[in-house]
Amino acid sequence: MKSIKVLGTGCANCNATLKLVEEVAREKGVDIQLEKVEELPEIMKYGVMSTPGVVVDGKVVHAGGIPDRAKIAGWLG
Amino acid sequence: MSADPQSLELGVPPRLTFPRWLALIVAAAVVWVAAYAYLTEFADVVVAAIGLERGTHFAEAVHFFLYDTPKVLLLLAGIVFAMGIIQTFFSPERTRALLSGKRLGVGNALAATLGIVTPFCSCSAVPLFIGFLSAGVPMGVTFSFLISAPMVNEVALALLFGMFGWQVAALYLGLGLAVAIVAGYTIGALRMENHLEDWVRAIQVGEAQAPDGTDFGWVERFEAGWRHVKEIVGKVWPYVIAGIALGAAIHGYVPEDFMASIMGKDAPWWSVPAAVLLGVPMYTNAAGIIPVVEALIGKGAALGTVLAFMMSVIALSAPEMIILRKVLKPALIATFVGVVAAGILLVGVVFNTVL
Repeated sequence: MKSIKVLGTGCANCNATLKLVEEVAREKGVDIQLEKVEELPEIMKYGVMSTPGVVVDGKVVHAGGIPDRAKIAGWLG
Repeated sequence: MSADPQSLELGVPPRLTFPRWLALIVAAAVVWVAAYAYLTEFADVVVAAIGLERGTHFAEAVHFFLYDTPKVLLLLAGIVFAMGIIQTFFSPERTRALLSGKRLGVGNALAATLGIVTPFCSCSAVPLFIGFLSAGVPMGVTFSFLISAPMVNEVALALLFGMFGWQVAALYLGLGLAVAIVAGYTIGALRMENHLEDWVRAIQVGEAQAPDGTDFGWVERFEAGWRHVKEIVGKVWPYVIAGIALGAAIHGYVPEDFMASIMGKDAPWWSVPAAVLLGVPMYTNAAGIIPVVEALIGKGAALGTVLAFMMSVIALSAPEMIILRKVLKPALIATFVGVVAAGILLVGVVFNTVL
C-alpha cells in the first residue's frame, strides 16, 4: 500500500489536493494511506517551499499548486 | 500523449500536440489583435443597436463600459497567459539557488525582480521564507522577494495598463520594485537575525528534494499558461466588471473634482500618510482594489496618493502579518511594517511632488 502525504498549512489548494488524491485513488481502485501534514517544522523537513507538497512513500513528487489528475494517476501507478 | 489510455480512462481530455498548440495560439493572437483594434467600433455599434442617443450621460456611461470591459479583459488574458508561460521557467527552488549567498544591494535588486516572475502564493510565504534563509539567502534579500512577489504582480500591472495606460503600469512596476529593494536592504542592514523565532533558527530543513519544477516541455508550458488564464481570469472578472461599471458611472455623472480637495494634488500634507494607514488593515487582491482605485482617480485624487494606497493594501495586510508572526518576533514584524510603509509613503509623496 502506498503512503501518500499532502504537505500544507491548510490553504484552499492543500485541501483541494487532498480531495483530488482521494478521488483519483478511489476511481482507480488503489488502496492508499493518505495523511495530511500541517506542522511547519514537519513540512520543512521535506525541503518543500511551495505548498501544497505531495510525498509518495517518503519521496517528494510535487510542490506548489494543485497537481493534475494524470500526474496523480502516475504516482498511484 | 493524446492516445494515453490511462488519461482516457480517467476522463482527462486528450492532450494537444505542440503543432496544435502553436496553431491555436497564432489563431488566438490574430483574433486578439483584431478585437483590440475594433474596441471603439464595437462599443459604437452596440450603443447604436440598443438605440441610445450619444451625448447623454447615460449613453456615454454605457459606451465607456462597453469599450473598457473587453479591453481590460483582453489585456488581462494576454498578459496572464504570457506570465503563466514565463513562470514555468522559474520556480522557488531555482530562484533560491540564484539568490543564495548574494550580498545586500545586488541581491535585493535581483530578489525583487525575481519576485515578479516566480510563482508565489502568500499561503506558502512561511515555508518559502525558511527555505530561503536555510539555503544561505540573506534575510534582507529574502524580504525584498517577499515584498515584491505579492505587490508587483501581473494582475495589478495588466489592470493598471488596461484602465490607466501603460505609463501608470510602468510607474507601478518601477516604484514597487524600488520599495521592495530599499525596504529589504534596510531590514538587512539593521541585522535583526536574532529576532527570528527560536524554532526557525533551530529548524532542520531537509535537502531540497522537491523536483526543480522548471523541467518542462513546451506543451506543458502552454498548458500552464492556459491554466493560469482560467484560474486568474476566472477569479478576477467580477472585480474587473464592478470596477469598470463604477468607472463608467463616475465617467458619466460625478463631477471630476469630487475627491480633489482631500486626495488631489493640493490636498493637505496628511493625505498620503492617511492613504497608507488606511490600506494596512484592508486586505484584498490586486483585482479587488481596482474598482476603488478607478473611483478615486475618476474623482480627481492624485495618482501618487492612489498608488500608495494600492501598494499599502496589497503589500501590507493583517492576515499576512499573522502568518509571518509564526517566524518573526514582534520587533521584526514591526520593523517590516514600518520600513515598507515608509517606503510606500515616500513613493506617494515624491510622486505627487514631481508630477
